[in-house]
Amino acid sequence: MTDPHDPGFRVERVDLQDGRAELRFAGQLRFRQCFASWQGVRRLVRPPAAHLAFDLSGVDTLDGAATALLLELRDEVAAAGADAEIVGAHGGVRAMLDLYGSHPPRPSLQAPPARIGILDEIGRRALSMLGEGHGLDFIGDLMVAGTRAARAPLSVNWRDVPRLMERAGADSLPIVLVINFLVGLVTAFQAAVQLRQFGANIFVADLVGLSVTRELAPLMTAIIVAGRSGAAFSAELGTMRVSEEIDALRTLGLDPYGFLVFPRVVTLVLVLPLLTILADVIGVAGGLLVAMLGLDITANAYLIETQKAVGLWDLFSGCLKTVFFGAGIALIACQRGLATRGGAEGVGRATTSAVVTSLFAIVVVDAIFTVLFNAFGR
Amino acid sequence: MPSAADPPVIEVERVALGYGDRVVLENLDFTVARGDVFAILGGSGSGKSTLLRALIGLDDPLRGTIRVGGAPPRREGPPGYGVLFQSGALFGSMTLAENVALALAKWTNLDRQAMDTIVRSKLRLVGLEGFENHLPAEISGGMKKRAGIARALALDPSLLFLDEPSAGLDPVTSAELDDLIATLNVSLGMTTVIVTHELRSIFAIVRHCIMLDGRSRGIIARGEPAALRDGSADPQVRAFFNPRARAA
Repeated sequence: MTDPHDPGFRVERVDLQDGRAELRFAGQLRFRQCFASWQGVRRLVRPPAAHLAFDLSGVDTLDGAATALLLELRDEVAAAGADAEIVGAHGGVRAMLDLYGSHPPRPSLQAPPARIGILDEIGRRALSMLGEGHGLDFIGDLMVAGTRAARAPLSVNWRDVPRLMERAGADSLPIVLVINFLVGLVTAFQAAVQLRQFGANIFVADLVGLSVTRELAPLMTAIIVAGRSGAAFSAELGTMRVSEEIDALRTLGLDPYGFLVFPRVVTLVLVLPLLTILADVIGVAGGLLVAMLGLDITANAYLIETQKAVGLWDLFSGCLKTVFFGAGIALIACQRGLATRGGAEGVGRATTSAVVTSLFAIVVVDAIFTVLFNAFGR
Repeated sequence: MPSAADPPVIEVERVALGYGDRVVLENLDFTVARGDVFAILGGSGSGKSTLLRALIGLDDPLRGTIRVGGAPPRREGPPGYGVLFQSGALFGSMTLAENVALALAKWTNLDRQAMDTIVRSKLRLVGLEGFENHLPAEISGGMKKRAGIARALALDPSLLFLDEPSAGLDPVTSAELDDLIATLNVSLGMTTVIVTHELRSIFAIVRHCIMLDGRSRGIIARGEPAALRDGSADPQVRAFFNPRARAA
């Protein structure tokens, strides 16, 4: 076992005549030991000497990292105006110095990037944010592909839709049900605390029914689907993009929009309303549980009150929104996936961006629908 | 057999390629004759892949004209060529048979039985008979490349593009792949364009080549590989074909 505090090497400075000095190394210069004590070695080069020799005649082992540190120190001394040289190296130590210190710089095909100012940098970032993901390209391509698909619906890869519906719908059912049950339950609790003061316990059913069907169930379901399926779509298409599968599709004469994008859009447009209907039911059930256990309201009374409060329009308006949520989530996820650049990091960025943008879009679309429904008195 | 009177399969005239305002290659002029095995050579970053992407219609040139089979590379309808990508680019969620059948399902109205027969024959051609129901993740890198060639051959193209077919393969698998490419060329008269820097493959199967250079952004040599190796005065060309001599 090596003592971690043992530097493994010794070094001393010997000042000679005529401004000459030597740093005499002995022992084994290895990275692990040098790393801990190199600052001490650096201090030894001060005060500067007119001629400084790094004497390695006592060194019997030198590894790559220690070589790099040593060569850098020699170059620093030389850059400060002194004569600096490495002397006394022999055998493997000499070979290591030759290996690290003697190869010519490799010419680069690309010119080094020019230094740019902060204003340039801000401008570049702004342009790159505006053009992120080539959103306009996507919309244009989508229009062209949509027209083509409308003319030849069989050219779309419908075969994938059942598989995607299973993944986006059936597989997400447990989490959608649990979350919406809890949302109904929490809403009922909050309502109960307030309404109980006025003896208006029964109106918990109205509040839960309306808020769940019109807002909470569509919104929560869309958020879950965006985080689950939106992220999956984006990562899947992003990986296909970086592994050249999208290019391969194009060279086979297959349109990525018809093959990958439209099936995913159709999937979420179909799946989200279905999930939302189930979320409505389970959300109301969450409220019912609180009403029965905490407010002494019977199940029958609660359901009759819910039936009175919640009309068909409330159910329909919630589901109508989710059609747009679904299309938005799928389009954003596919766009981010198809615009992926780089390797694994690019896929990660695309996925994050897809989820964040989808969540933002969901809230914006929800707000628009709320304003529109209000404007039309619904 | 192709004759000298046949028009070139690929014509590249005064083409400049790049991304945005960055020009990678310019003043490219070359043709590829029918039945040739033609290589695009060059060091890393010289623009080989950029040129290949333009030839197969994935990217448009900034300037100039590219014609493949007398028409622009990107066009509606079934593709006139097959492409093997460097990684194979097989669709991970599909079996090898489904990968090969994809283009057949899109561009033909063959019944299931006929399609299965063709798929089996393509996989047999590349030595993958019996692997029809395997997923890409279940086979080796060399087999993925073979499956990629089978998929590229699905529509019986007369032109095949191969992007670094030997990259990452052991010497035996690489030699087998070279044999397969040579067989396809000789038996089917298939014009083949290869992007590579594997010297062994170049001297084994390539008849004509161009060499790209990233610094001068153009073609620095063209001709037969052996003639370039033995007769080129350009130091970069000599270094490419004789890397040991350069190192020495």
